[in-house]
Amino acid sequence: MKSLYDELGGAAAIEAAVDIFYRKVLSDDRIAHFFDGVDMERQAAKQKGFLTMVTGGPNNYSGMDMRRGHAHLVAKGLDDSHVDAVIEDLGETLRELGVGEDQIARVAALANSVRDDVLGREPRAQV
Amino acid sequence: MSVLHYGDLHLTLETGETVLDALLRAEVPVPNSCRSGACQSCRLRACAGELPASAQVGLRPTQRERGYFLACLCRPTADLAVAVGDDPPQEAHVVAVDPLARDIVRLRLRPEVRLDYRAGQFVTLLRDDGLARSYSLASLPEDEELELHVRVLPHGRMSRWIAEDLRPGDRVRIRGPEGECFYSDGDPAQPLLLVGVGTGLAPLHGIVRDALRRGHTGPITLMHGAVTPAGLYLADTLRDLARSHENLRYVRCALHGDPAEDLHIGGIEAVAAALLPKLAGHRVFLCGDPDRVHALRKQCFMRGARMNQIHADAFVTAPPPAP
Repeated sequence: MKSLYDELGGAAAIEAAVDIFYRKVLSDDRIAHFFDGVDMERQAAKQKGFLTMVTGGPNNYSGMDMRRGHAHLVAKGLDDSHVDAVIEDLGETLRELGVGEDQIARVAALANSVRDDVLGREPRAQV
Repeated sequence: MSVLHYGDLHLTLETGETVLDALLRAEVPVPNSCRSGACQSCRLRACAGELPASAQVGLRPTQRERGYFLACLCRPTADLAVAVGDDPPQEAHVVAVDPLARDIVRLRLRPEVRLDYRAGQFVTLLRDDGLARSYSLASLPEDEELELHVRVLPHGRMSRWIAEDLRPGDRVRIRGPEGECFYSDGDPAQPLLLVGVGTGLAPLHGIVRDALRRGHTGPITLMHGAVTPAGLYLADTLRDLARSHENLRYVRCALHGDPAEDLHIGGIEAVAAALLPKLAGHRVFLCGDPDRVHALRKQCFMRGARMNQIHADAFVTAPPPAP
């Protein structure tokens, strides 16, 4: 099956999506403070990697990288509510790009699959 | 069969082989991750040969022009040479050092060999004792001389040496050019916003003239900010430039001082936001003090400029020497 990444138009489309997504994140009072003082270009590159991954594009996802990359934020209080906010902003971004709700749910599920890595937790037992 | 040159390595490429695969085969440690053009971690720069267009997908126009490409996407159809390390420095001699403002001097240099650069890029000045500092080029490539604007810092080892000790005829070494803050041909009708703080004006003076002579027709706003009006150097030159180009607006902005007809008083971010509240579709150039550049970058992005349309060059100052 064609991935959402390909359906949206690959790398160029993801770049446009990152602009929308990053703006949403920076105007989201729940999470904006986590981005104070970061190098915006590097952050945008990371978000591009994230959006590529959650839309099923080519990636080399490493849970270890995700843990290391967010450990300093967990120390500052990053928790489930913030991950929820990011996934919400991600959904809004895709909605703006005309992506259907079932696809958005699939992306959210993929994003949720990295939640434990982001928050530095042991994976929960599968029910 | 095409050959890939990488320093002392000359690799014959197998049919359909990517530059990344060929270099990894030769045990060159090229960083890489997705191997499909998304992560850009295998970005390299070509210094000779022809690049397939598909090897530059997703890169900024300024990076494409400088020969950057993604090794994982690059299947050369002709010989290609990849840049390894820095180019060696070259000699230049001092033509003049003259004041532009109270704490800013203009250094004019004539390089031994004409420097191939884009207006807005920077060079690194090397002193014989190893001291090195980077300065933006305010000149245009066809000028005989390179022009640098140097802010003289109270404890600036390089800047004080330039302002106090350098004499016409002295020799210095320069390395470069470097940097991706320059005008690239694209949509000539696109609106441009250029904001420079202090000597951040230097690259912008080059970029704005480069854009104009390349036939840019869209509206151009050039903003210069300083603490006081006295720091707004080159004002007459820029007024003349604006007068002779209908699409160019020159805006002066000082943090303190008395407002005047063509002078805005206030923080540069606030003045920029009031002049151009919406930046969707704009190409933006930001140069100067890092705090201002980072604040402006965020603000311009939030006001609608696309991330890859914002070119920023933050002038990082070396820490003062320990007492």
